[in-house]
Amino acid sequence: MDRRNPGAGREQDLVGWGRYPRARGVEVRSEDLESITRGASLCRGLGRAYGDAALPARGAAPLAATPLADRLLAFDPETGVLRAEAGVSLETLNRLLLPRGWFTPVTPGTQFVTLGGMVAADVHGKNHHVAGCFGEHVTALRMRVADGRVLEVTDESEPELFRATLGGMGLTGHVLEVEVRLERVSSPWIWRERTRHPDLASVLEALEAASAEWPMTMAWIDTTSRGRALGRGVVIVGRWAEPDEAPAQPPQPKRRFEVPPLPGLMNRSTIRALNAAYWSVMRPGAGIEHPESFFYPLDMLRHWNRGYGRRGFVQYQVVLPRAGDHAELLERFQRLGGASFVTVLKDCGEAGRGTLSWPKPGTSLALDVPMRGDATQRLVDDLNEFAVERGGRIYLAKDALTRPEHFRAMYPRLDEWQAVRRKWDPEGVLQSAQSQRLLGDAP
Amino acid sequence: MKTVIFGATRGMGRALARLLAERGDELVLLGRDPAELEKSAKDLEIRAGGAGHDRVGTEVCDLFDRKAFGSALDAAVQRLGGLDAVIVTAGVFGTQDELTDDADLLDRVLVADFVNTVHFCEEARLRLLESGGGKLCVFSSVAGERARRTIFLYGAAKAGLSYYLEGLDHRYRGEGLATICVKPGFVRTSMTAGLDPPPFTGEPDAVARSVLRAIDRGRPVVYAPPIWRWIMLTIRWLPRAVMRRLRF
Ligand SMILES: Cc1cc2nc3c(=O)[nH]c(=O)nc-3n(C[C@H](O)[C@H](O)[C@H](O)COP(=O)(O)OP(=O)(O)OC[C@H]3O[C@@H](n4cnc5c(N)ncnc54)[C@H](O)[C@@H]3O)c2cc1C
Repeated sequence: MDRRNPGAGREQDLVGWGRYPRARGVEVRSEDLESITRGASLCRGLGRAYGDAALPARGAAPLAATPLADRLLAFDPETGVLRAEAGVSLETLNRLLLPRGWFTPVTPGTQFVTLGGMVAADVHGKNHHVAGCFGEHVTALRMRVADGRVLEVTDESEPELFRATLGGMGLTGHVLEVEVRLERVSSPWIWRERTRHPDLASVLEALEAASAEWPMTMAWIDTTSRGRALGRGVVIVGRWAEPDEAPAQPPQPKRRFEVPPLPGLMNRSTIRALNAAYWSVMRPGAGIEHPESFFYPLDMLRHWNRGYGRRGFVQYQVVLPRAGDHAELLERFQRLGGASFVTVLKDCGEAGRGTLSWPKPGTSLALDVPMRGDATQRLVDDLNEFAVERGGRIYLAKDALTRPEHFRAMYPRLDEWQAVRRKWDPEGVLQSAQSQRLLGDAP
Repeated sequence: MKTVIFGATRGMGRALARLLAERGDELVLLGRDPAELEKSAKDLEIRAGGAGHDRVGTEVCDLFDRKAFGSALDAAVQRLGGLDAVIVTAGVFGTQDELTDDADLLDRVLVADFVNTVHFCEEARLRLLESGGGKLCVFSSVAGERARRTIFLYGAAKAGLSYYLEGLDHRYRGEGLATICVKPGFVRTSMTAGLDPPPFTGEPDAVARSVLRAIDRGRPVVYAPPIWRWIMLTIRWLPRAVMRRLRF
């Protein structure tokens, strides 16, 4: 069907995955990403960034919604190099290519993300300690830059722009196409092992030991247990199963359940109960696991973010270089009344190519916190002060509340990145609600 | 199935073409823009698992150039080495306001969605009958079922089209040609982007699945999402006086 103004938008309230904050803006949707990015202020993929990264800046031009631009443009079954439009979801890639033995080299904890979003956040996964971020595997980008030109951008042709775009949160140009080298897997199933540990120190120790042996590792911890049991948790490790261990059939897509729009269910007591329940379900053991429940356990519940009600929630994800600091951060968190259900630890390897990419060596801690206005702002401020002092840094794809001065202190390459951004966008066309909050972009 | 799809580069046509490709049907795509056709053909080939193979054909065909319909179809049939189904999702959309204010756009909608779609179907009918019958599946709209104050200009073209498709089915089903008239309600595609989605909004993938079922079974009319069958049943029986007051 043809339409004179393809997908001409109207003003609406937009939110990220945390449903906080809200921002009004116009989103233009079309299969024709090349035309809707002309003059757009920002791209928006599947809106899985938690905070305000994919939200419109005040006073800015419309957003280009990418998910309808979802064609696969080239795939070489010898090398695994895939080229696709930026709106293709990881779920599509997994459904089509995992049964054929190909998987994305890096996957975040949900498959409802777009390739463009994976580039813009330079996402990391359970294999960060061996594979680095997604951007390490990207071989080329086709981009529309702020002056309107469409360019093929690689680490050879335009290294500054390429590296500033990996983790650049959409602020260096619109990604139209992504070329990435997929990974060959021995089977489409996972061999998974799980161990339980009585406190945070032993979880961190076990996680570090596991990473020396396993390609995929992470830990879940209980943030509501106190005293000696503070941060008791489960270390989960895995690898692709060998063909002789795995079922002969490829995994079928899992059934998903819908969370209805209810008033917020998540408060301190339900979070405590959920933590205790999860702890008792996560029995130690080893065996074959479905890749979806291994990589994307939360995707089983569609719209689980509604569980936090209208006020929404924020995720606080920080990487701290020294292992001793996590307990202290958790104690501060508890003292300020924080409680979190989805609380994940992941050890990070070396920083990658992206100028503004988030991971650096250390261990990442992610906390989901119900949004309670000023109290939550104070909590984040306090945690950030601690993080800055200990050389930590927060992840932009999750952030909604960090202050500019903390952000600047956490990202020593910020000026270098801003210089590249200014060079490619001297008039400041590309903006987001996040860039106005953190980078001083003027409305 | 050897299938020709007119309008597979976008929206519901794109979703339907993917289902056909993923189950291994042989396809030729018709459309206006050769570069777009190429990209969509590539997408379908990769989805079909035949990366690098030349499985999905393309032929340039513009809904406003009706003299070229016959030759585009002939080229497609030749490439497929036969013909089992023709699917038409191409068309032009305009809201009531847009069409009221813009006579040129109105002309385009009437010509594309009624006049030329009928011409195209006539050409397709000849070739389907020649190869012994098959399926002709055409996207009309619930807007063509009963005139509503908010959508009767676009609806008028679709009403004419639905009328034609019903007649075609009556006349040729006995000769092995089944005509399938698809009547989508509001579906979330780029065509409707920016409009307020009403209740019972459909998603293109789900619509494509029910349309494919209808094609396989040769069902003459398919509403998508299916709830629209009951909505339209009610609306068809509403007295004029009530219809006049309806705001949607
Ligand atoms: C349950 C859950 C688990 C997650 N787990 C992880 C994890 O383990 N690791 C991790 O790294 N992240 C994780 N994330 C975060 C998520 O991977 C990122 O926020 C990702 O960017 C979301 O992709 P999206 O398509 O939804 O992008 P959006 O949220 O729509 O946008 C995110 C950013 O990407 C930009 N962007 C999107 N498309 C383009 C484009 N085409 N061109 C330029 N810029 C673009 C936007 O402007 C915005 O700045 C998780 C999120 C959820 C909800």
